Amino acid sequence: MLSIKNLRASVEGKEILKGLNLEVKAGEVHAIMGPNGSGKSTLASTITGKDSYDVTGGQVLLDGKDLLELSPEDRAREGVFLAFQYPVEIPGVSNINFLRTALNEIRNYRGLPQLEAKEFLKLVKERQKLVEFDAALANRSLNEGFSGGEKKRNEIFQLAMLEPKLSILDETDSGLDIDALRIVANGVNKLRSEKNAFIIITHYQRLLDYIVPDFVHVLYNGQIVKSGGKELALELEEKGYDWIKEPADEKELV
Amino acid sequence: MITKINNQLYDQLVADFEVRSIISASSESNELHALREDAFEHFKKLGFPTTKVEDWKYTNLTPFLKQAYATEIDDENITITDSALAKAAIAGLDCYKVVLVNGKYNAGLSDVIGEEGIGVSALSSAVNDASFKAHFGKYTKIDQFHFAALNTALFNDGLFIEVKKNAVVKKPVHIIHLLSSAGNIFIQPRFLFVLGSNAEVSIVESFVTADDCAAVFVNNVAEIVLDENAHMQHYYVQTGTEQTRMVQQTDVSQQASSVYNNYKASFPGAALLRNNFNVALNAENIESHLWGLYLAGGKQVVDNHTIVDHRKPHCQSNELYKGVMKDEAIAVFNGKIFVRKDAQKTNAFQQNNNLMLSQKAVVDSKPQLEIYADDVKCSHGSTVGQFNKEALFYLKSRGIGEEKARALLIHAFAFDVTEKMPHDAIQAHINHLIEDGLK
Repeated sequence: MLSIKNLRASVEGKEILKGLNLEVKAGEVHAIMGPNGSGKSTLASTITGKDSYDVTGGQVLLDGKDLLELSPEDRAREGVFLAFQYPVEIPGVSNINFLRTALNEIRNYRGLPQLEAKEFLKLVKERQKLVEFDAALANRSLNEGFSGGEKKRNEIFQLAMLEPKLSILDETDSGLDIDALRIVANGVNKLRSEKNAFIIITHYQRLLDYIVPDFVHVLYNGQIVKSGGKELALELEEKGYDWIKEPADEKELV
Repeated sequence: MITKINNQLYDQLVADFEVRSIISASSESNELHALREDAFEHFKKLGFPTTKVEDWKYTNLTPFLKQAYATEIDDENITITDSALAKAAIAGLDCYKVVLVNGKYNAGLSDVIGEEGIGVSALSSAVNDASFKAHFGKYTKIDQFHFAALNTALFNDGLFIEVKKNAVVKKPVHIIHLLSSAGNIFIQPRFLFVLGSNAEVSIVESFVTADDCAAVFVNNVAEIVLDENAHMQHYYVQTGTEQTRMVQQTDVSQQASSVYNNYKASFPGAALLRNNFNVALNAENIESHLWGLYLAGGKQVVDNHTIVDHRKPHCQSNELYKGVMKDEAIAVFNGKIFVRKDAQKTNAFQQNNNLMLSQKAVVDSKPQLEIYADDVKCSHGSTVGQFNKEALFYLKSRGIGEEKARALLIHAFAFDVTEKMPHDAIQAHINHLIEDGLK
């Protein structure tokens, strides 16, 4: 599904990703953890094509297609989805109209016919239920006046509607209380399948209690310095990052 | 300092007035004749303003006034095509249609309004009406406004609408101002709308220009009177072609507990749009709202000058004008709120926001507040900005292409104004015009 090779990216001339490698197969859930400033959000932004990041080297292939050559909208149409850490409020754009536009743009790209209003609304209803997203929220302006938790749940609702191949959850757990966290995690678990994959960026083990990952990676100083199974997250929770940072720093010095 | 534009048109109008004055003396009331004389004296003093005049600082009229225009219009030569009228049609709006061609009421193209309590007629046939005599020329300040003085001196027709006391007009009145002429013309239609106490009406005015129309300079003046507790929803939908030049003056005079809502939207096309919009709140508990949207493109000049004058206590006014600027368009916003000494407990708000889509577009924004009372809530402000990049990326990250994402954000920007429009069909019409205007 996703193959990242030796990815280098910088912001305003400062290199943040320094040769990152990652392989994600269909059906897998990968968690990426790491201390502040290690490059986690930069990785998400680079995969999705945010223009404030400059890619200076490497490759990001989605099912063999080079994402780095595509516009952000075409990456989305190819099946990449980012659940934002800070979803944007857009007053005046209705949630429903926005989703319908997005879905039809994606379908158009894939050569599928536009969804009839009736079918679309049926899908909205079904997916709302699946991810426990309040119908009243769906009819409001996009994220306008939503609480932090509501915004995050809207991200998962959008994910459910657009059915991406690869979903990246960028600190979706930040700012969520335990109930909201459970609802978000339940939604993701219901959406997991053999055909899609998830990258979950998080600081905390907590979310991984609910969304159990197949792999856990530690990102530090722009590289993945350690990978393991779900037990690695527990170890990090217990010991912090210092035991990983030190050998990595030494290696860099050498 | 040269504050007047001297040109052939000016000389022509002086000659026209000599004739007009003779006709007026023999066919119109002494009062109206005197008003015309007075108005023309003021016009001669004021002239056509140059950019040295503060209120015209950013709008240069010279290129629009140096063209040759006929000031006496030959009605025989007008062709009216369905396609020209269709430009003004508002799908799904159940309304009474009233058509004016080059400022003249056209009964053949207009609906007969069977409802009690509302009268619609050509202005020229209303001059002996008691209501006309009571109100005409009483609200437009001919000593201050160059074009309004000229219009008052030389108007020859227009439209008169009276909504009688307690009458609630069931359907909106849709006035279509169609411009269509084979040769260049300078026209000066005049309007008077009078709402008696407790009267209610919605008036939608669409301005359209036929595709093959020659240059038309329109100098419109409208006086609008709301007696106690009258309610009016008033829309201006301004479109046109590169041959359209329009100076529109609207003077609203409100009595106690009346509500006046104006929704003004203008679109790319007309080369010059100048709106002078003046609202006087003459008694207590009045509400006045001015919602404006201008989508400007090409080399268009769109200039909105508004004055909201709070003269008595306990009144409320809101003004929000939003601009979307394309290409090399120029927009001017000059909003002035007066809160007079008597006008305690006034709530008055004014805001102008601009979204720049092009590097070459220009906005001059000047919000002003003059407060003489000490117990009021007032605010004013102005912003000029570009697309929110975060919002644009968010939309694109969901698969929405650049063009559609921009259109969504522009609609969202305009939404603060369009959502205020109480008629859904008109809101949809405005949204369509925004889409067309963005192409």
